[in-house]
Amino acid sequence: MAKLTIPSEELMVGGHVACPGCGAALAMRLLLKGLGPKAVMVIPACCWAVIPGAMPGTCLKVSTVFSSFESTAAMASGIKAGLRRTGRGDVPVVGFAGDGGTADIGIQALSGAAERNEDFLYVCYDNEAYMNTGIQRSGSTPEYSWTTTTPRGLEKRTSKKDMPMILDAHRIPYVATANPSFPEDFVAKAKKAASLKGTRYLHILADCPTGWKHDPSQMVEVGRLATMSHLFPLYEIEEGRLRITWAPSNPVPVEKYLRAQGRFKDLTAEQIEEIQAEVKARWEGLKAREAREKKAVEKEAAPPEVSAAPTPHPAAPVSETVYVKPSPPLHFP
Amino acid sequence: MTKELLSGNDAVAEGVRLARAEVVAAYPITPQTTIVERLAEMVARHELAAEYIPVESEHSAMAASIGASLTGARAFTATSSQGLALMHEMLHWASGQRVPVVMANVNRALAPPWNIWVDHSDSMAQRDTGWIQLYAETNEEALASVLQAYRVAEDPEVLLPAMVMLDAFVLSHTYMPVDVPSQAAVDSFLPRYQPVARVEPGSMQLFGSFSPPDLTFMEFRRDTALAMDRARQKLLQAGKDYARLVGGEPLGLIDEYRTEDAEIVLLALGSLAAAARDTVDEFRRNGQKVGLARLRSFRPFPEEEIRSLGRKAHSVVVVERAHSFGSGGPVATEVRSALLGLPSPPAVASYIAGLGGREVTPKHLGALVERATKKETPREAWVGVKELVA
Repeated sequence: MAKLTIPSEELMVGGHVACPGCGAALAMRLLLKGLGPKAVMVIPACCWAVIPGAMPGTCLKVSTVFSSFESTAAMASGIKAGLRRTGRGDVPVVGFAGDGGTADIGIQALSGAAERNEDFLYVCYDNEAYMNTGIQRSGSTPEYSWTTTTPRGLEKRTSKKDMPMILDAHRIPYVATANPSFPEDFVAKAKKAASLKGTRYLHILADCPTGWKHDPSQMVEVGRLATMSHLFPLYEIEEGRLRITWAPSNPVPVEKYLRAQGRFKDLTAEQIEEIQAEVKARWEGLKAREAREKKAVEKEAAPPEVSAAPTPHPAAPVSETVYVKPSPPLHFP
Repeated sequence: MTKELLSGNDAVAEGVRLARAEVVAAYPITPQTTIVERLAEMVARHELAAEYIPVESEHSAMAASIGASLTGARAFTATSSQGLALMHEMLHWASGQRVPVVMANVNRALAPPWNIWVDHSDSMAQRDTGWIQLYAETNEEALASVLQAYRVAEDPEVLLPAMVMLDAFVLSHTYMPVDVPSQAAVDSFLPRYQPVARVEPGSMQLFGSFSPPDLTFMEFRRDTALAMDRARQKLLQAGKDYARLVGGEPLGLIDEYRTEDAEIVLLALGSLAAAARDTVDEFRRNGQKVGLARLRSFRPFPEEEIRSLGRKAHSVVVVERAHSFGSGGPVATEVRSALLGLPSPPAVASYIAGLGGREVTPKHLGALVERATKKETPREAWVGVKELVA
């Protein structure tokens, strides 16, 4: 019998007000299972500013701070610094923002925090549009996707921002993608992210049946097709080295994913072909990078070809992931 | 207590060090820069046991300060002009979240055209954000106001953020003798921040979740309004306690100079008041009953103090470094409003002066008082404006 790896403890309880079949709701539930009860969540304007319910109700059993739309990463930086300064620095601080709050309005604060290597986990749940305001396009909306601000005649003709790779370019300790339709992989990444220091980034594909225009009952299936088609590959980049964590050996055509959703119903055969070609190219790029970096690791680990008297290898410098030195204790009279 | 020669920015940094701020979020802007530079040095030398977050914008500086304060840490940031304008959204966030963040704002003009000199338009534009606003006349007062701002902001009956204003260059970069209090004296005046509520990992708690019309939103706003009203008394008490425990003269909401029998009262803010003192002395030497009321606290607005001035004077001459287009001088507007309903209210003259660092001398102010002696009290006039030649 398979070993169950997902903790049974629920830190997101009943009573949330998300739409039926909300991928972001499932994402939060799985994420908290990986993070544990001490996590402090920082949530900006997004669907999740509403999903917990109106004050004073909540469906989250963890300490939750709401921030303005663009300031998740800055607020999380301050919370982490404050917790460190008040002797609670070991607590995981987690920004949890939508794609608009991450790729668009929040990218400045996020980039700043990543450059400083602030000690928190930033999670983007990407439902590929401004869903909370009623399905407007964001910088994370895919090419040709229908939204209320990309109607027929005003189609989006640019690719979505590649946020995980943008974060990877900041050389932070951990970047990963996750998909709630693959819960074991998802929770393992949340756990790993929580265990590391410095800025960590988790990019989640969060299906939105309301905005993607399909039956809510198909949420898990549509999410599965995203990864089964290589459109949303599951990978992690640890200390700069990319590893594909799971992939189908025989990918399904992207068309299957696209045709399952009303937002792509106007796509022509040529457009689908174009998307398929791009997905393939990106996938091959990922595979090539993985192979290159794997080779580099093996080379490092290989014994020296010329045998000589073994000299002690100098200890690798421990990367200072937290930029602020611990402060001396404060003495009050 | 030691006497030191400090710039206004140095004095602010000394105040922050003495306050034992625990988190400093910093983004540079002229002429605030030396504040965050001094604080970085203090942290590097372990003179200040604070986390120093070199954020990428003022908006993030305020967001990080709010986050830090929510954990119960004493947070500080500093800005000026464009930086304060960029923070605007988060200023509301700070008061809405009831965090006692203290910030220094070096008053500077807003562009365009670019101008880095003294002007109060930046902070006047933030009057409705729910922040306590204190304007310093001297570098020593800037230091004292940082400490008093923390004391009042952190009071459980207030819990509002506070900003301390100092004039660009006139104070920020001008060296003056400053009485720097001892750490022991400051510790007795300002003990460690004891938050009423703070982020407690592991507990089911919410900070700032949504509140529809029929729930608590309006109640929260009213509570903020009441807290700001209570801040009046708390500021007066803090001024007195500071004088007793730390030193100096007690600072109030307004600072009166030779007003006891004054028929004409000059009303000014910040370093303009220093020039106004010379003007008052000049008139007094000629036996004319002129006094000065320096507005130290713009928020909360000292309505009662203004009314009691109005009961004695026949004219109040407001000179200010800001303008609300389509309305007038923001201070003059509020002074007029405070005086409404007095049996014989004084005439209020409103002068817009010194925008973008344009010089205002005791002589300029003297000419304005002179006009008041002739009962000339314009509804609005601009001082020292050159006619532009095409």
